Amino acid sequence: MKTILKLDGLNKSFGAIKVANGLSFEVREGDALGVIGPNGAGKTSMFNLITGTFAPDQGSVVFAGKDVTKHSAARRSHAGIARSFQVPQPFSGMTVFENALIAATQAAKLKGHDAEQLCLNVLEQTGLLPKANVLAGSLTLLERKRLELTRALCAKPKLLLLDEIAGGLTEAECRSLVQTIKDIHATGVTIIWIEHVVHALLAVVDRLIVIDFGCKIAEGDPQAIMNSPEVKKIYLGIEADA
Amino acid sequence: MNIQDYTVTRTSNAIRVAAILGFIVLVALIAAPYWAGRADLRLMGELFLYLALASLWNLMAGYAGLVSVGQQAFVGFGGYMLFALTMFAGLHPIPAIGTAGLLGALISVPVAFLIFRLRGAYFAIGTWVIAEVFRLSFAQISSLGGGSGSSLPIAIVKSLAGSRGARESLSYWLALGAAVLVVTSVYVFLRSRKGLALTAIRDNELAAGSLGIDIWRTKFVVYVVTSALTAMIGALIFLQKLRISPDAAFSVNDWTAFVIFIVVIGGIGTIEGPIIGTLVFFALRETLADLGTIYLLVLGVVAIVVMLKFPKGVWGFIRQRFDLQIFPLAYRVARRDNKGA
Repeated sequence: MKTILKLDGLNKSFGAIKVANGLSFEVREGDALGVIGPNGAGKTSMFNLITGTFAPDQGSVVFAGKDVTKHSAARRSHAGIARSFQVPQPFSGMTVFENALIAATQAAKLKGHDAEQLCLNVLEQTGLLPKANVLAGSLTLLERKRLELTRALCAKPKLLLLDEIAGGLTEAECRSLVQTIKDIHATGVTIIWIEHVVHALLAVVDRLIVIDFGCKIAEGDPQAIMNSPEVKKIYLGIEADA
Repeated sequence: MNIQDYTVTRTSNAIRVAAILGFIVLVALIAAPYWAGRADLRLMGELFLYLALASLWNLMAGYAGLVSVGQQAFVGFGGYMLFALTMFAGLHPIPAIGTAGLLGALISVPVAFLIFRLRGAYFAIGTWVIAEVFRLSFAQISSLGGGSGSSLPIAIVKSLAGSRGARESLSYWLALGAAVLVVTSVYVFLRSRKGLALTAIRDNELAAGSLGIDIWRTKFVVYVVTSALTAMIGALIFLQKLRISPDAAFSVNDWTAFVIFIVVIGGIGTIEGPIIGTLVFFALRETLADLGTIYLLVLGVVAIVVMLKFPKGVWGFIRQRFDLQIFPLAYRVARRDNKGA
């Protein structure tokens, strides 16, 4: 399989804080990559660099064979990168359906009936169809997180970036979320998933990377990574935080 | 449950009723020169022009997030262009209004490149500074009367229509036409795919960008189009006034403060808001006009009370309370009636 995403030597600082420090890795098409690391390790910042919300100070982002380092977030979205936000960013004054429709019409560039059908299908898949006419601003936090997933799916991505969407779910909800993500992955969508709920993550991903202080400190088979001593140390730290 | 059971609609019975009522009101308004007095006609003409200005400012500030306090730059520019084009280029006043709009679009492009570098409060102040630059520049042009301004020559006024009554009717219809043109354009735009993108920008720029919306370009287009239309309205305003001076043309009070009052009272970020706000503003102005300065104090108090009690304006409150909309922008997902069941 060919490489769909390549990060090469990414550096990004905000004042004295380095959120990315020589970050490099590759993702092949159709992969499901898990990302773990302590809070403040630079995981969400890595997503911001991939999607173009931030520009890196140094290094490059190559997506589908094209150097997109200088491309805007909108342009990368058209190329096929979609994300969910860790802190949900709904269009509060618009309904759930309209939120989905924006992704379908603007990112996936669908029109009329095709766009509406895609939104209805995805809303059913994510369980938000009964809330279709509700203003996004009046959703609960969990519903907002599902709306994040809905919007990302309505963008018809080639590369889907998921940022902590399993937190706070019940066991049953978590199982259904894992199934949804497996189904999406099965259609050939490449997935990068940042998640603290490790058992959900391990049910889906086939490779894991560990990030700390903006650096990749480990990469490989999920089970092997989870059993390595440095990860155990970090992970016990996370458990204590949570 | 089957996904085929669901449909997406954009109309409702309330909207159909509103459309019919709106049409009847429009017909009555078109016929106003035959049933309304001269003073009423003037007042309604002024009301329509304020409605147009408010709808434009609402599109720019309420949707695109461009909170300008300098749109008087384009009102004044349009007014001066009307005078210059008719007096020096010999244009008939009506094509001169359209040309003023085109010139407004042209001048707004370099202005946009300059002030789009500024954010938030700095943007607002920047627009005001630009408007002051416009005012001071036009005060330098001696052929347009310099600082004291000039009147539209009688010959040009008469070229509009022979009799005073016909002129007043025409001026009223132009104002009504401008308001209908602006409100309809804003509605058609917001209903389109680009309008959906603009509404997304209104709610959340971060998410809008990551969903493929080019924020800078969308805002730029909105700024240029609203500025062009604002210049046309400016030309119409000074065609009614027949006299222009830098202080009247670039008045921040008349063309921005009152307009912001209208939009905030009515409900920013909605099409209906500026309409309600204009009616409230004129109702207050006509009942309190005799009180002099106290009138402005009352306006201030009303603005503060509305902002505290109904932060989304009168229409925002009504919409939240009754889930109502007159201009059908929203999408509704509805279950199809199962024929067998």
